[in-house]
Amino acid sequence: MQGGKYLADGKSQSLFRDKPIKVLLAKPGIDGHDRGMFVLARAFRDAGMDVLYAGLLPTPEDVVNTAVNEDVDVVALSLLNGAHLTVFKKVMDLMKERGIDDISVVGGGTIPDHDRPKLEKMGITGNYGPGTPLKVIIDHITERAAEARQKKNRI
Amino acid sequence: MQSRDYYSRKLNELKSRHSGNPDRERWRRETLAPWNQKTGYGGKEYRNSSEIPIHEIYTPGDLPPDYDKKELGLPGEYPFTRGIYPNMYRGKLWTMRMFSGFGTPEDTNRRLKYLISHGESGLSIAFDMPTLYGYDCDNPRADGEIGRCGVNISSLKDMETLFRGIDLSKISTSMTINAPAAVLTAMYVAIAKKQKVPLDSISGTVQADILKEYIAQKEWMYPPEAHIRIIRDMMTYCSVNLPKWNYISISGYHIREAGSSAAQELAFTLADGFYYIDLGMKAGLPVEKFAPRLSFFFNSSIDFFEEIAKMRAARRIWATVLKEKYDVNDPRSLLMRFHTQTSGYTLTWQQPINNIIRTTIEAMAGVLGGTQSLHTNSYDEAWALPSEEAVKIALRTQQIIAEESGIPATIDPLGGSYYVEWLTNQMEEKAYEYFDRIEKMGGMLEAIKKGYIQKEIAATSYRRQMRIESGEEVMVGANKYQDSSEKPIGILKISKKAQDAQIARLKKVKITRDKAKVDAILGRLEDAMRDPEENLMPHYLEAVEAYCTLEEISNAGRKVFGGWKEPVIV
Ligand code: B12
Repeated sequence: MQGGKYLADGKSQSLFRDKPIKVLLAKPGIDGHDRGMFVLARAFRDAGMDVLYAGLLPTPEDVVNTAVNEDVDVVALSLLNGAHLTVFKKVMDLMKERGIDDISVVGGGTIPDHDRPKLEKMGITGNYGPGTPLKVIIDHITERAAEARQKKNRI
Repeated sequence: MQSRDYYSRKLNELKSRHSGNPDRERWRRETLAPWNQKTGYGGKEYRNSSEIPIHEIYTPGDLPPDYDKKELGLPGEYPFTRGIYPNMYRGKLWTMRMFSGFGTPEDTNRRLKYLISHGESGLSIAFDMPTLYGYDCDNPRADGEIGRCGVNISSLKDMETLFRGIDLSKISTSMTINAPAAVLTAMYVAIAKKQKVPLDSISGTVQADILKEYIAQKEWMYPPEAHIRIIRDMMTYCSVNLPKWNYISISGYHIREAGSSAAQELAFTLADGFYYIDLGMKAGLPVEKFAPRLSFFFNSSIDFFEEIAKMRAARRIWATVLKEKYDVNDPRSLLMRFHTQTSGYTLTWQQPINNIIRTTIEAMAGVLGGTQSLHTNSYDEAWALPSEEAVKIALRTQQIIAEESGIPATIDPLGGSYYVEWLTNQMEEKAYEYFDRIEKMGGMLEAIKKGYIQKEIAATSYRRQMRIESGEEVMVGANKYQDSSEKPIGILKISKKAQDAQIARLKKVKITRDKAKVDAILGRLEDAMRDPEENLMPHYLEAVEAYCTLEEISNAGRKVFGGWKEPVIV
């Protein structure tokens, strides 16, 4: 992945000129599958993003706290353990409870096709699984980061 | 040979084996080059996962003089390159052991019996995430996770249900459990006692290889030193009380799945193995007593010859280092017994039926590599835990190799292949390069705590990912030959009812047990944990028999030892 690629279409250029896209990668459940996390972290960084990784076994509360404290644009949730419906929802509920709407939430991992619409309904987009090209993921993150940034710039 | 600087001296010795191959040079010049010119072949570089460049052809000139007498040997004879037993599969086939577990203990008990009825010859238990990390099913963190990735075990009651109707004296059980391995061993012992099976006859394995947890699988509860002490306690306890129990399965599988190359898997796994040899010796155990109880677990991935070479090299390195560096002479202690699992990582979400073919190739490599037992992955690997249909095909794959293919008829049929022998030597050298580097860093534990091993793996994994992204490395159906008309497959669904059932059972356990006794036992366990000279195994046994829960027992350690935060890897 070439550096700075995420500005390719020029549309979001002005949004990220002063501060690059900031992403928090997190597995909010009991899941130690981190191979994909390390791949995504490096790929995002190579694409010019600022990347944080929440480490092993953060709780949904930890994830939301970090996202807010670090003022990230996107929270990238990943679970390979099959608990995404329950656990991703906890993250979304906490965000709603705290009235956070300027952080986009994107999901991925071992997510069967029939769960995708349910996650979308919670406001989690992407939900990409094994074999997804990194370019597809990076483009999606960029798009969702632009949404978040526009909201952050409102005030 | 003396032990100081052993690895660097050995490495020099191995490197001195190299000399040019004049036969190949002549052939390249006189035959290949003109041919390529005529056909307009531009040349392509082939490399395996270990980044070893592969030549067009191999000849006797690629092997050192007297190779077959000195380094290759014969099966059942030092250095065991060709197999650890004299008759290998002619005497006894490998054990077909399918990694299984989901939902409640009842669900998994049914699956185990299903597999036994279809010809499985050993059991292998997969636990769910809360169990793997020492949390009970009623912990709020475990919500949504019960039974999803394996069977849930919160107390001895669950283990009793899991093995109901299965005679522990007749079949061996392997349990993929690490941080709480000592607790699960204690539960197994408690059940054997209830079934009145003499303890010196129960055979089985717990994974318990904590070093590779910090490296690859990331299932720890405490700092490394605390887990290592628990392993030491298991080693000492079992060598007296459970002589047939394999208390560590030194695992390369996870290292590989986390992204390493075959050579890194080989090197890091054996380096872990030598660490446990040192540990046993430091605990004052005689090597002949504990070395034969150490077993290994390797990955069999998709590069057929590389995998076979890796397994052959592994046997030879283990025997050679134990003999030369550790001065071990007991022949049984030199035998590297290992389990093999085909690679989950190579199996695609897209066009999942193709995974049956991949698994077949990988399983054949495991057999040709001389494995003692084998798990074959199911075609739905990338989607979910295997469905009954998928796991049956995976078992049948082994049975077809065993009973139709003719592969088991002769021992190490690839022995003497110039390519395979050369590659075996290459893998061996790569491993010694790492042993030497790791020793200079202060040993395996230091290298792990610094994050060196993890970073090496992450770098290899990323390079591979980049090759897949660019299409240089092909995954059929995923990044080439895609098919947009694909439909989703039927998968095993785990109902949330499993969680409710487990919580209800745990509630009942907590009501019916003697609470005062539980508290007293947990207090004694904590005291024992504070005293490094005390063996924890009898305490674990006492605790599980009084129905202390997995989390209560694990929490004693969390209180005494604390937790662990890994170094930054990426
Ligand atoms: C590698 C692997 C392991 C390794 C993990 C090493 C490591 N440090 O990561 C090892 C061997 C240790 C392992 C262990 C276990 N595993 Co495992 N593992 C896999 C495997 C084979 C591949 C995962 C992988 O790394 N792929 C490569 C990476 C690069 O891809 P990826 O993570 O999928 O990420 C890509 C996409 O999914 C996407 N993506 C992922 N996350 C996100 C997030 C966002 C926001 C976005 C946009 C995209 C995105 O982008 C990435 C690039 O394309 C999968 C099956 C499979 N083929 O997928 C099973 C699998 C995930 N494992 C499984 C299980 C059950 C386990 C265990 C619980 C087994 C047990 N009972 O002991 C343990 C638990 C380990 C733990 N501590 O959590 C199950 C999960 C079942 C389920 N969900 O229903 C699977 C599906 C296999 C199976 N069918 O049984 N495993």
